[in-house]
Amino acid sequence: MFKWLHPYAKPENAYTLSEKIYAFVIPLATLCLIVGSLWGLLFAPTDYQQGESFRLIYFHVPAAIWSMGAYTTMGVLGFCALVWQIRTLELAVIAIAPIGAIFTILALATGAIWGKPMWGTWWVWDARLTSELILLFLYLGVFALYFSFDDKRTGGKAACILAVVGIVNVPIIHYSVEWWNTLHQGATITKFDKPSIAGDMLWPLLINIVGFLLLFIALSSYRFATELAKSEAHRKWVLKLVRKNLS
Amino acid sequence: MNPRRKQRLLLVSIILLGLAATTALILTALDENIDYFYTPSEIINGKNETGIKPKVGQRLRIGGMVVEGSVKRSDVDLEVSFDLSDTGPIVTVIYDGILPDLFREGQGIIAQGHLVNATTIKAFEVLAKHDEEYMPPEIAEAMKGIKHVKPEYTQQQLGN
Repeated sequence: MFKWLHPYAKPENAYTLSEKIYAFVIPLATLCLIVGSLWGLLFAPTDYQQGESFRLIYFHVPAAIWSMGAYTTMGVLGFCALVWQIRTLELAVIAIAPIGAIFTILALATGAIWGKPMWGTWWVWDARLTSELILLFLYLGVFALYFSFDDKRTGGKAACILAVVGIVNVPIIHYSVEWWNTLHQGATITKFDKPSIAGDMLWPLLINIVGFLLLFIALSSYRFATELAKSEAHRKWVLKLVRKNLS
Repeated sequence: MNPRRKQRLLLVSIILLGLAATTALILTALDENIDYFYTPSEIINGKNETGIKPKVGQRLRIGGMVVEGSVKRSDVDLEVSFDLSDTGPIVTVIYDGILPDLFREGQGIIAQGHLVNATTIKAFEVLAKHDEEYMPPEIAEAMKGIKHVKPEYTQQQLGN
């Protein structure tokens, strides 16, 4: 079934593929983010309740969605790495962790900046905010665990276990606003109902969500390629690559 | 799939399932403690499942809608009192401080303070809670008849 995947378990092929993905996706991501952000910040109408402050949604929501999306990806990759013992996938987990952490920090920071004028506080310990903060610690934990072992195989395994275990937190973040009373409001677009946002506010938001996804794909391919080259530094294909780039 | 991989798949899946079940049990057990606030009906009738009512003097948070026409401001200082309701029961909140921009009648808010008597709370913090709906002002006015009016302060109040 997965025969077509097998060649990419070979680091050299995986490296070439992720380089290609990066080169292809990064211009698309830039385009989406420029269009979405300019449209959202300059042309979308102001909100009836929150005025101009609501424009933070164009960064807060995409960052938050993909902080969870990145974690799910990382967890699934970690799961496969543990079951099939594929070293390449462990590197993918490590490639994603810091990018996910940055997305989480971005979501928390924009949320705080938005919370101050609207709610009246930078931070509250409600279920949504707290579970998102735990997500940040999980990312940092995965990253730290990997580098706390001298033997990279052991480190990779430990990091994968934490990545898999932490997946439990993702549905908790998403449903926290439904399961408990929270200061944070419920979902605007990530629900089965019609989105509760006017159409001309929604479009730039969707473009930015796609933009953040593409940015995540591009950056993690880039980091993945680098991690591959680093871990295989003594191999012939890396030497060849270095010579080619130098000449 | 070879037997060793199958075994690992089973092992990792079982660990993950067990962990998910444990988390679910812990969260169910903690249930109401994770709630960020009481609703007015919970303060008056007790929590839905346990029926526990907060005690007078207890520090708590309350979340509800500001009842229309219930906001009374002092002319000389920032003291303000207003009623909160959700499905019927009404709790009065007294607060001395600056209200958030989104505060107005009909708005959802969360106040933190002490229970003075069964239906009154002396708050030291008032936060505005907004819903998940976003729309331009014209649409909001046409659909809901909502017009955002900022609270007005007298010169004397601002001087404080």
